[in-house]
Amino acid sequence: MADKIKAKEVLFNPLSKNNPVVVQILGICSVLAVTAKLEPSIVMGVSVIAVLAFANVIISLLRNTIPTNIRIIVQLVVVAGLVVIVDQVLKAYAYDASKQLSVFIGLIITNCILMGRLEAFAMANKPWPSFLDGVGNGIGYAVILVIVGFFRELLGSGTLLGYQVIPQSFYNAGYVNNGLMILPPMALILVACIIWVQRSYNKDLQED
Amino acid sequence: MNKQSNTYTIIYIIVLVIVVGTALAATALALRPRQQENVNADKMAQILAAAMITPEKDRIVADFDRYITSQFVVNERGETLDNVKAFDVDVATQAKLAPDRRELPVYVCTVSEGVQKYILPVYGAGLWGPIWGYVAFDSDGSTIYGAYFAHQGETPGLGAEIEKPAFSSQFAGKQVFKDGRFRPIAVVKAGQAPLDGEDYVDGISGGTITSKGVGSMLDNCLTPYKKFLQNLSQQTVR
Repeated sequence: MADKIKAKEVLFNPLSKNNPVVVQILGICSVLAVTAKLEPSIVMGVSVIAVLAFANVIISLLRNTIPTNIRIIVQLVVVAGLVVIVDQVLKAYAYDASKQLSVFIGLIITNCILMGRLEAFAMANKPWPSFLDGVGNGIGYAVILVIVGFFRELLGSGTLLGYQVIPQSFYNAGYVNNGLMILPPMALILVACIIWVQRSYNKDLQED
Repeated sequence: MNKQSNTYTIIYIIVLVIVVGTALAATALALRPRQQENVNADKMAQILAAAMITPEKDRIVADFDRYITSQFVVNERGETLDNVKAFDVDVATQAKLAPDRRELPVYVCTVSEGVQKYILPVYGAGLWGPIWGYVAFDSDGSTIYGAYFAHQGETPGLGAEIEKPAFSSQFAGKQVFKDGRFRPIAVVKAGQAPLDGEDYVDGISGGTITSKGVGSMLDNCLTPYKKFLQNLSQQTVR
């Protein structure tokens, strides 16, 4: 029974209460870089979920065999290997998305969320909870990416997933796309707004 | 075995690297054919884009075969080279060779009954990385029908605008042969005109270096085709 409760916590906490981006404040760099449009945000989110879940499982399976003084290196090798595999798969099966994301898939290796969860959770827990933790944190990250990508594409280009959403009549009446939304600083401001909204609702997240 | 000993550590790392390396090599090898298909389809779509044809996602290869009725390679003297396939020529490498040693691909696109356009690849350097594109000529060998440009890492909103139709559509109608002289299209700052009287288009405001790169690219890559284009224009007169 205790295991079941813990599994639910492990899976659902990172979605809101312990969200990697807005509570743990990890992985901000990639949020800035890929969220100019919604489609790359979704592809990036799915890629991170895959890499994080599998990296967590692999490291958890190996956790009792890794010598302490090279554990960061081992974690890095596993993550790097998985990221290269994801990159190759994208190039083969989702070429357009991979062109849009270009170097940012490779930069998943540098995403703090991965090393953070491997060190903090996978090194000390069994494979199944580690898998759930990876999926949970990955989804928490993907949710933030989708929210930021949604607003940046809608307000910055007037489109969503490439389809024109803002009707031409708005443009004729004088509406102009917010060019600032396409630039990275806006992503930072949007993340700050999400943190603000979340902490207004969750008093226990507020630091005094 | 002592997990913290040096021997164990070294053996561990060696085994780990071998396992990961093998997995990566196997993945790359298995996926290589599909990846190459994707790269080829992308190149085909870009070539068609120069002739203002936008194929549907899953019809790219079919449309390419339908519209591109012939492809061949010429040299600087306008002679056809028989032992090279146009699609396989690596334009990036060719652009760095001396013009008289280059293999120059030509794609003949039949846009409608009896109307043919000649698509030539170009390759050059932008600000942050390579830029490339395809220029489609009318059968008079001088007037540009359409152009397509792409880049690898130019600044979004500035140099990257060369990909947008607003930039490439300027080339339609410009001529490279004026008064019998061959002059590639110049890319100048908006509001200016080139000194030599050649045809020109406006560069990207704020993307000076990329725009200059496009101009140099056209100069470097279109000039070797001069003889070929002259031959074309003489055929039409006939």
